[in-house]
Amino acid sequence: MAINYGSKRLVVGAHYGLRDWLSQRVTAVVMALFTFVLLLQVLTPGPLGYDKWAGIFAQQWMKVLTFVVVVSLAYHAWVGMRDIWMDYVKPVGLRLVLQVATIGWLVGCAGWAVQVIWRL
Amino acid sequence: MAEITKSRPGENMRLVEALQYRLPVAGVVSILHRASGGLLFVLLPFIIWMFDTSVTSEISFDRFASVFTAGVGPLPGFVVKLVVLALVWAYLHHAIAGVRHVWMDATHSVSKEQGRSSALFTLAASLLLTVVLGAKLFGLY
Repeated sequence: MAINYGSKRLVVGAHYGLRDWLSQRVTAVVMALFTFVLLLQVLTPGPLGYDKWAGIFAQQWMKVLTFVVVVSLAYHAWVGMRDIWMDYVKPVGLRLVLQVATIGWLVGCAGWAVQVIWRL
Repeated sequence: MAEITKSRPGENMRLVEALQYRLPVAGVVSILHRASGGLLFVLLPFIIWMFDTSVTSEISFDRFASVFTAGVGPLPGFVVKLVVLALVWAYLHHAIAGVRHVWMDATHSVSKEQGRSSALFTLAASLLLTVVLGAKLFGLY
């Protein structure tokens, strides 16, 4: 096996293989279930206006579920976007900037979404 | 670092070269899975803006709805509809291609034939559903 410590330590790549593979699927299943649960409520009889739409998200269990989905989405998008940066962006400095920007983007979006959920 | 500096085939491929490869259907689904995910990531603030304005109050709901007809800023309403249509496709393609992955992992159904047929299904189902929802978006029914 190749030496992987000291000055020979492999410092590139994710190395979180199984964890990322599994978390990508678990978060995806959470989002798919959310889509299904939301669709069921949207497709109930009656006109889809503001009252019905806002009423769906006003329920406490739906807020909690939406929050779990927001966190899942942020983590899922992080794993996916990091894969894209690692595949296409070779300069380490630029890649770091993009990865940090991605985290900032996702945390910012998640914060906004959480604010929307709990202001309702 | 010596182990990782040795060159691998395709390592320094340029995008123009990569575009000249003819991909199998599963390859098309794969790159579109990535592209649709990237699009959803880039437009995430717009998605949250739609969630925000549609759900916060009746006044903001009207503002949300009017964007699709009156447009926003210099963008006319139909451009907003086209962007949403692209998001609808991106979501559907990404979700169906994702379910395809989970399905293959769960059932170990990894064969050339299954890969091709499920890829064709992914492309067709996402496009068909996009057309159905797009027709609703553009007020055809």
